[in-house]
Amino acid sequence: MKYSYYPGCTLKTKAKELNNYAIRSAAALGIEMEEVENWQCCGGVYTASTDEIATKLSSVRALAQARDKGQDLLTLCSACHNVIKRTNNEILNNEDFSMKVNNYMGSDMQYHGETKVVHYLEMLRDVVGFDTLKSKVVNPLKNKKIAAYYGCLLLRPGEVMAMDDPENPQIMEDFIKAIGATPVIFAQRNECCGGYQTLNDKSIAQSRSEKVVSSAVKQGADCIITACPLCRYNLEANAVTELPVIYFTELLAQALGVKEVQ
Amino acid sequence: MLNTKISKEDLERISGVNTRKCMKCGKCSATCPNFDAMDYHPHQFIDMVDKGNIAPLLESKAIWTCLSCMACLQRCPRSVEPAKLIEAVRLAVVRQQGENRLAAEDIPELLDEDLPQQAIVSAFRKYKK
Ligand code: SF4
Ligand code: SF4
Repeated sequence: MKYSYYPGCTLKTKAKELNNYAIRSAAALGIEMEEVENWQCCGGVYTASTDEIATKLSSVRALAQARDKGQDLLTLCSACHNVIKRTNNEILNNEDFSMKVNNYMGSDMQYHGETKVVHYLEMLRDVVGFDTLKSKVVNPLKNKKIAAYYGCLLLRPGEVMAMDDPENPQIMEDFIKAIGATPVIFAQRNECCGGYQTLNDKSIAQSRSEKVVSSAVKQGADCIITACPLCRYNLEANAVTELPVIYFTELLAQALGVKEVQ
Repeated sequence: MLNTKISKEDLERISGVNTRKCMKCGKCSATCPNFDAMDYHPHQFIDMVDKGNIAPLLESKAIWTCLSCMACLQRCPRSVEPAKLIEAVRLAVVRQQGENRLAAEDIPELLDEDLPQQAIVSAFRKYKK
């Protein structure tokens, strides 16, 4: 199976590991990730107002390019996934918005929501299958207690993101089980870390991230996994309580035995 | 000077929120993980916009400190989606000349070595036009 892949700005710079481990693991699972040509940054946060058109065009261009190749669009960063999936949804359900967007697009690039947006975790669950993944694990992460941090971007708005139950998700816990580790459920797993406040009011980012990390520690977690570079940064840099925060793809690569470059 | 003549109709149009759908249960504010850092809470945004009492919201701290986490939007039993209205009030401010919250010149001194690009682009998207 071959996907169009949208990495986004941070996965090419500060979060290279998130990207590299994902590509290597996908290859081991028979999945090819073909990077969208000349992709542009999604902007990092979705602007819900429907009169914001220009800020959504980078997402639309990536969606149109995937459509032209007949591929689903694979995302990995939680923020990119949220922005692109919501943009796609708006095009599908809001005619006026769709018309305005297409007024900006070239006549050969008209786009009407044909592309399916798939997060890497959804690909693991729905295409590879967690049972198959489990059978391919060579280094099961036994005795490791892992807290899956969803944050807000993967799950909300639930009706649009439709990845999992927004209040009681299990996709990341099922992933943790598939790689042989033990999931730890903690109260703050789908509450915001305050990452968007990092540059505006650090004290908010500090108090939110401390609540998240201490909640995971209280339940006995050895580490937290995330799909979001901003969550990772914020939970590591701004919380007082210390707990390793790791990209889920790093543990995946480790379990599949492809972590070290051959 | 901040133009405070923003109407209820403007905000409902930008956000797509219908304030009349609110049944004033307060669940949005009860679930807001950032309650303490907001001078006006999500149910107040809905109520005050509904009544046309908009100027205090335009000058509020809450339009900047809202996390954009969508907890209020997800958990509102009437699908009023307060987070969208808060965003619309913020947009009604930053779209005015001279009302940006963040300037490109401010960025270098806020940087640290590990800060992901995502933090910078999203801050610009939220706080600057
Ligand atoms: S989006 Fe803003 S108002 Fe709504 S719950 Fe989150 S922080 Fe509170
Ligand atoms: S949760 Fe919804 S219905 Fe209840 S007060 Fe908030 S906006 Fe109104």
